[in-house]
Amino acid sequence: MIYLDNSATTKPFPEVIESYAAVAANYFGNPSSLHRIGMEAEKLLIQARAQIASLLDVNSSEIYFTSGGTEGNNMALKGISRHFRSRGKHIITTSIEHDSIKRVMEQLEQDGYSISYLPVNEEGFVSVDDIKKLIQNDTILVSIMHVNNETGAIQPIKEIGKLLTQYPKVYFHVDGVQAIGKTLLSLREYHIDLYTMSAHKFHGLKGTGILYAKEGIKISPLLAGGGQERDIRSGTENVAGAVATAKALRMQMENYKNQFGKMLELNKFIRSQLESMDGVIVHTPVNSVPHIINFSAEGVKAEVLIHALEEKGIFLSTTSACSSKTNKVSKTLLAMGVPENIAESSFRISLAYENELKEIQEAMAVLNETIKWLRGVMNR
Amino acid sequence: MKYDRILIRYGELSTKGKNRKKFVDKLRSSIVDALSRFPGIKIDGQRDRMYVILNGTDAEAVVNSLRNIFGIQSFSPAIKVDRDLELLKDAALELVTSIYRDGNTFKVSARRSDKTFSLDTNELNHFFGSHILKNIPGIKVDVKNPDITLQVEVRSEAVYLSSENFAGAGGLPSGASGKAVLMLSGGLDSPVAGYLSAKRGLELEGVHFFSPPFTSERAKQKVIDIGNVLASMNGRFVLHIVPFTEIQQLIHKQIPENYTMTATRRLMLRITDEVRRRQEALAIITGESLGQVASQTIESMFAINAVTTTPIIRPLITSDKSDIVEIAKSIGTYDISIRPYEDCCTVFVPASPKTKPKKEKVEFYESFVDFEPMIKEAVDKIETLILTGKQEENSLLENLF
Repeated sequence: MIYLDNSATTKPFPEVIESYAAVAANYFGNPSSLHRIGMEAEKLLIQARAQIASLLDVNSSEIYFTSGGTEGNNMALKGISRHFRSRGKHIITTSIEHDSIKRVMEQLEQDGYSISYLPVNEEGFVSVDDIKKLIQNDTILVSIMHVNNETGAIQPIKEIGKLLTQYPKVYFHVDGVQAIGKTLLSLREYHIDLYTMSAHKFHGLKGTGILYAKEGIKISPLLAGGGQERDIRSGTENVAGAVATAKALRMQMENYKNQFGKMLELNKFIRSQLESMDGVIVHTPVNSVPHIINFSAEGVKAEVLIHALEEKGIFLSTTSACSSKTNKVSKTLLAMGVPENIAESSFRISLAYENELKEIQEAMAVLNETIKWLRGVMNR
Repeated sequence: MKYDRILIRYGELSTKGKNRKKFVDKLRSSIVDALSRFPGIKIDGQRDRMYVILNGTDAEAVVNSLRNIFGIQSFSPAIKVDRDLELLKDAALELVTSIYRDGNTFKVSARRSDKTFSLDTNELNHFFGSHILKNIPGIKVDVKNPDITLQVEVRSEAVYLSSENFAGAGGLPSGASGKAVLMLSGGLDSPVAGYLSAKRGLELEGVHFFSPPFTSERAKQKVIDIGNVLASMNGRFVLHIVPFTEIQQLIHKQIPENYTMTATRRLMLRITDEVRRRQEALAIITGESLGQVASQTIESMFAINAVTTTPIIRPLITSDKSDIVEIAKSIGTYDISIRPYEDCCTVFVPASPKTKPKKEKVEFYESFVDFEPMIKEAVDKIETLILTGKQEENSLLENLF
């Protein structure tokens, strides 16, 4: 099996599963309980939070555990917009966001907020100047994804953060689900107020995630209840999940430090292979994370190629996994101005640090043959 | 450019006359502790400088470990070069080239502690400056506000080149001022008082009063976590946990309610003083700040302090709460201190404690009980922890993360 769909989800590190199992079995206490069993669980939660904070170079009090990217994005967007509704109802985002941003924006629109959607250029990047032009007196929030889930493009987050320092009343949310451990990030230096992460995208477990919210930021909670996570996210804490997340993040960050060079090599190899194939167009721009490569194979029906590759043990995806079932054409590619017939036959290879050159070589050879074979069959 | 050493400047220490050797030795041992995870490094201590020889260790990691060591005024990653102008020229150029970005300006700041060197300071500046100007296209000189400052230090044994200066933590080396005990409650103030004392070179041992079941394991854990933060500044931190339940109950029974707080504080101080005597320390440090709570009025302090003649150092006595919070945040104890668990100071607090207690009255109330044997017993039953600043000593837990 050669698994190249790591932006859909990653395989959990075995060490992460071990930690989860050990904590779930041995430290099952409720961190809010007064007795020792509760305290032991609480200690682990504190340590998990501290480790994540230190890996992200922020304070423990700025880390909130969530159930994943969708919840983090909902919490950030709804939390800020509800809390500051009296200040303004204008929000800026992009036309290429993940559905967990896009659909929330649609809900907010129904609640009377006005949303501006930034266009992207043909490489898929938003422009800082466009944001500047859109900011109004009643703008309360700018939400931009860090790395696009379909193409891997890295948005100019640092520059946007710098721009927004001139507008102290505008909060800056970044959806970092595809970015964490794959590209440079300095939450402080980039002036990010809220940052969403999902553990299963970095070899953690489904149902666990992190929201960073800068000290002093007020957000209204989505869930009311026992007041856990400093009243922002009620519900008995998932201690085992938090410990597993802390471990996964540490290992991912170590991989980022040690294996990023290998990732660049793999990316270079894949690009050169794709570019040498007839009728194959690479959509991923240069300024992208090396983990994601999006391309179209003209005249090849996307779903057919996915299944043909699957028969040979190679797993990649058409567009982002969440929306691929609905059989829609990639919104990101359309927003970049890619013609619909090309966008229809687009694919995404997404790598993990554990991928090795040998398997990538094999996968690319199979891909090349399969595309040729399908074209032969289907054009008959 | 690979730095081969880090140059450490002592600042205040260099002026300490006869004590200097002792101070330098203390500083060296703090540095050895802080850098113990880098096996390759060597430390070369001199009268007015210390060098950490990297032997291939990553300079950045070492720099981060040096930031919090008391007694260092500033430090710079540096390269040692033989006193040969040709070699120096090449090394300086390589150094500046490695950090130069388009549009950067620079200046040369030469110093000559060895006056026999063939070039004087001005000539050195000119010599390096012109070589760099000639060889890096586009670089300009800006003596007022340069992006890059090439520091050249000519000493009798060699020449040192560096380009970055990091501020050290200042103060005096850990332990250089002797030993004191710190009364540690778990609140915001006492860790800050401890930090400030440690910064002036005091070696600290902590005393914490623990009254189960009236105070919880969590309150104790809070103090242990704070102790670990203090340990990370000093290399280690000894924490004495005093069983206080019996004494506290007895006070509650014997002393009129509005004087229990004063009597409790007096007994805590007596116990702390006994710990101090046994540990051969010479002062007691508290986080008291004038007027903050009932026990910290000047009248209360007079009545409480009367139990001992040991110097009591109150680093925060005139500090405002907001300033204390600021320091607590910067040293990393704030988040721990605000965890909401009862400690022994809050549980038995009477509804209306005397803010102006009389020393004679509290002495009179206490005179009906002989506390001395109980003090001895409490001190004998102390649980002593040696904290090293590592997050978790339990290896099983470490594997989880």
